[in-house]
Amino acid sequence: MVDAIMNGLGGLTVGFQMLAVDWRNTVMILVGFVLLYLGIKKDCEPLLLVPIGFGCILVNIPLSDVMSQEGFIKSLYNAGIVTELFPLLIFIGIGAMTDFGPVLAQPSTFLLGAAGQFGIFLTLLLALALGFPQLDAVSIGIIGACDGPTAIYVTSKYAPHLLGAVSVAAYSYMSLVPILQPPIMRLLTTKKEREIVMKSVAKPVSKTTKMLFPLVITILGGIIAPKGLPLLGTIMLGNLMRESGVVSRLTKASENEIANIVTLFLGLTIGATMVGSAFIRTETLIILALGFLAICLDTVCGVLFGKLMSVATGGKVNPLIGAAGISAFPMAARVVQREGAKWNKKSYLLMHAMGANAGGQIGSVVAAAVMLSVLAGMGIIR
Amino acid sequence: MGNLTFGVTMLVCGMGGTIVVLWLMSLVMALLGKLFPEKPAKKEA
Repeated sequence: MVDAIMNGLGGLTVGFQMLAVDWRNTVMILVGFVLLYLGIKKDCEPLLLVPIGFGCILVNIPLSDVMSQEGFIKSLYNAGIVTELFPLLIFIGIGAMTDFGPVLAQPSTFLLGAAGQFGIFLTLLLALALGFPQLDAVSIGIIGACDGPTAIYVTSKYAPHLLGAVSVAAYSYMSLVPILQPPIMRLLTTKKEREIVMKSVAKPVSKTTKMLFPLVITILGGIIAPKGLPLLGTIMLGNLMRESGVVSRLTKASENEIANIVTLFLGLTIGATMVGSAFIRTETLIILALGFLAICLDTVCGVLFGKLMSVATGGKVNPLIGAAGISAFPMAARVVQREGAKWNKKSYLLMHAMGANAGGQIGSVVAAAVMLSVLAGMGIIR
Repeated sequence: MGNLTFGVTMLVCGMGGTIVVLWLMSLVMALLGKLFPEKPAKKEA
């Protein structure tokens, strides 16, 4: 009987023994705590970082079976990540939440949304130069889309082993936009440029235009880049529901209940991919560094394009709005407004920046869609 | 396909394609704005 009791007690201590065997699990539990700290104390994308951090802790507890074939997180992973369903459901919510009015009032700001995607392709080149396989490099580059669901969609499809690192990089750096962007904006612009006052965007947009926008974008984008149609189609479906005004129950469900539930499941499953043995590698650190670079390059290219627009319009455009051409909506637009007002109290850049920011939202999805279709065209993916 | 060819193709076709698609979208949006302008609210009699 004593033996049975000792064996029983041994079963309770085996987890501690396993912790000692593989130090990487302990490190990852600490990483989970850091993510929780960033989310809870520093308010960095808490909706994502809290479930990601907790998922990371859950999966790294020795003998944890949450990601075994019958594990509950594995079931969520198979249902929502393998099928690419979670990011797409989130996109319906994003579409339902986003007002594309500012970009419709000034369609030229769409181009700033394009400039803000340069980071994707430059980072892809860097990743290739560092020896990453081609599809891994694509997934690393997509961090530069500054758009969590897009990064998850592409990575889960073509480099699922990088999902944890890419997602954490995408969401962490996105939340750091208010810290990362201002120094780059100041570095690349002159005081005179930063002080430019832009005319207010007073042009109203009709309801018909707002409703046709998602339909036209879906059809045009879908014909040119069909591989990205799920991304483009879901965000535009959400926006059509919002603008039509006739399905308010569906719109509210998309932006609240569905988005919230899926965000929880998405965060938990991503966190659960961060197993110590797979995550603690030099490769992960390089991915985190490249992701950081990608988002900085987006800002650099956006501001440089803003400068170009400023020259082309004879100084009517404040180049700072170029920094808003990324997908971090509406955070990047607020950063631009704050920075502009700092240099000129009369400057009110928010609506212009919102246009660029909405363009960046579409731009990131279009960039991913184009990228996938180019890959299909080259025969690299099917 | 070598990494250099792949990377340059992605840069040229990917970034070029993104710019072209967004430019086309901006043209279509500008056209829609002209075709369906916001009508001023009718004045009450």
